[in-house]
Amino acid sequence: MLEDKSNVKAWFYLGPALFLLSIFIFYPIFNALFLVFLRDYNYLQGTWEGFTLFENFFYVFRNQNFTQALTNTMIITFVSVPISVIIALLISVWLNSVLKLRGFFQTIFFLPYVTNAIAIGMAFAFLFNQNYGLINTMLGWVGLNPVNWVGLGATWGNAMFSLLIYVVWASLAFKIMVFLSGLQNIDKQYYDAARVDSTKRYRIFRRITVPLLSPMIFYITITSFIGAFKAYTQVIGMFGVRLGPPGNDKSLITIVALVYDALDRSGVPGALSEAAATAIVLFLITLVFTLINMQVSKNRVHYSGGGK
Amino acid sequence: MVLDSVVYGDEKQNRRKARIRFSLVLTMLIIFGLFVVIPFYWMMLTAFKTEAQVLTAPPILWLNPLNWQFSNFATAMDTAPFLRYMGNTVLVSSISTVGTIFTTVFAAFAFARLNFNGRDFLFMILISTMMIPGEIFVITNFLTVVELGWIQNQTYMNAILAMTLPFMTSIFYIFFLRQSFRQIPDELYYAAKVDGTTDLKYLFKIMVPIALPTIITITILNAMGTWNAYIWPRLVTQQQEFRLVSNGLRDAFSNIAGRILYNEQMAAALLVTFPLLVVFLLLKKYIIRGVSRSGIKG
Repeated sequence: MLEDKSNVKAWFYLGPALFLLSIFIFYPIFNALFLVFLRDYNYLQGTWEGFTLFENFFYVFRNQNFTQALTNTMIITFVSVPISVIIALLISVWLNSVLKLRGFFQTIFFLPYVTNAIAIGMAFAFLFNQNYGLINTMLGWVGLNPVNWVGLGATWGNAMFSLLIYVVWASLAFKIMVFLSGLQNIDKQYYDAARVDSTKRYRIFRRITVPLLSPMIFYITITSFIGAFKAYTQVIGMFGVRLGPPGNDKSLITIVALVYDALDRSGVPGALSEAAATAIVLFLITLVFTLINMQVSKNRVHYSGGGK
Repeated sequence: MVLDSVVYGDEKQNRRKARIRFSLVLTMLIIFGLFVVIPFYWMMLTAFKTEAQVLTAPPILWLNPLNWQFSNFATAMDTAPFLRYMGNTVLVSSISTVGTIFTTVFAAFAFARLNFNGRDFLFMILISTMMIPGEIFVITNFLTVVELGWIQNQTYMNAILAMTLPFMTSIFYIFFLRQSFRQIPDELYYAAKVDGTTDLKYLFKIMVPIALPTIITITILNAMGTWNAYIWPRLVTQQQEFRLVSNGLRDAFSNIAGRILYNEQMAAALLVTFPLLVVFLLLKKYIIRGVSRSGIKG
């Protein structure tokens, strides 16, 4: 070996990154764990009234918007993730099967990846406008009455539906990119063999494509769950800081919104601890579902040999 | 027998089947393609309409380019200083990108190439923090920025520092770049060592050029991230004119009481979206490569 341990040099190379990470990542983790146990912490004066184990978590659960936020976050996650994963999988399989026009469609499907969430959220809000929006116009073509999706006094259900369409739309591009690159890495031999045996298309999809793509499906599912639990900017983009249609404020509030709500009250004693407690609750929810995900897919993910 | 019928028999029928399948797939791609494109189209269409055209029901679905109302963009610019916001965003994004590249290249080199005590342990700790939601950091980082004196009586310099310093490194990019560096054969390093090349020289003469596509990808992803940043800039900027595009866009069209002027709103949205689309179309290759690679566990 030409190499020997180069400890001093290594720390010199790591220095700049570790310095910043210590301040902005590691210290905040410990500080959040500290804040969450302080009673009535006032950061302006740096004072607090002793320690408490659960009080700040009680604040989170007793927050009048918590149930709504939890419900909305769960709905956004459990509706948008499966739907977008399936649609993305289908689109990438279709994309992979056409030679002509593939580049063109690829560009189209990747476009949403590079847009500004606020700008597109606003466009979606106007698409769903009751009188001048395209959605209601299209409903009119098939003889349906216009719906008040996002306007004054729109119901929670209608607003949530519109939001979900936007969330699915926005999350397709990344998934398609990952799936498509995965598909292009699948050894053509498998398909040739299946063709010789004249296997049915659907069977090929179920028995070859999905198993060979399973590491990517697994990765995408986990990261999408983690991302969807953090839903917030999409709501801001479509509904603004009111977090709901006019007249139905905060009806689309999410857990992350609760964190920033508390942070906005940072001057009030205890607010920062509440923010930390909310963020920790979010982390625990994410963690539980990630572990469940890993457990469920343990026996279903197929890692082909010779992996990098 | 089976083989025979596939290879020789019914070739005409197979070809017909393939053509039907192709048209079906194409139809589905067109339907979903429309689903993806319509919001963009709607944004552009509305951005060029007059107020009367916006308030026409049923809506006008096609606008002759000769009738486009360009003045919406000027009015949008009057509503809020979007050029200023874009300037801020470009500045913040350049500073944080340069910082990120600097810190991640060195750190990734240490993880990929150097041998030191606790390397794997440290790397594991870094990776495991990636699971923690950013909100946990944001709370304390906000306090840190207050402590640093960048919030009270904020100057432009303070605002820029508050928006960039916390984002001058990234565990994900360290990980990403390390993967790229590790693909460079060890023999190259040993050869360079024998020739007496220093590590620093080796890093910049050999590794960085080879990993350049990855570095370009990081640059683009990081810049796009800043263009999209909404939460942190909103939290730490104390004056309207220090804000970034997302904040400017959201604020400019939220505070107006009564009805919203959709054509101006969409014109502003288009102004914000357009640079990103141009960057995407020009640098598509790098973005796709980066994103799909990041999706594959190396």
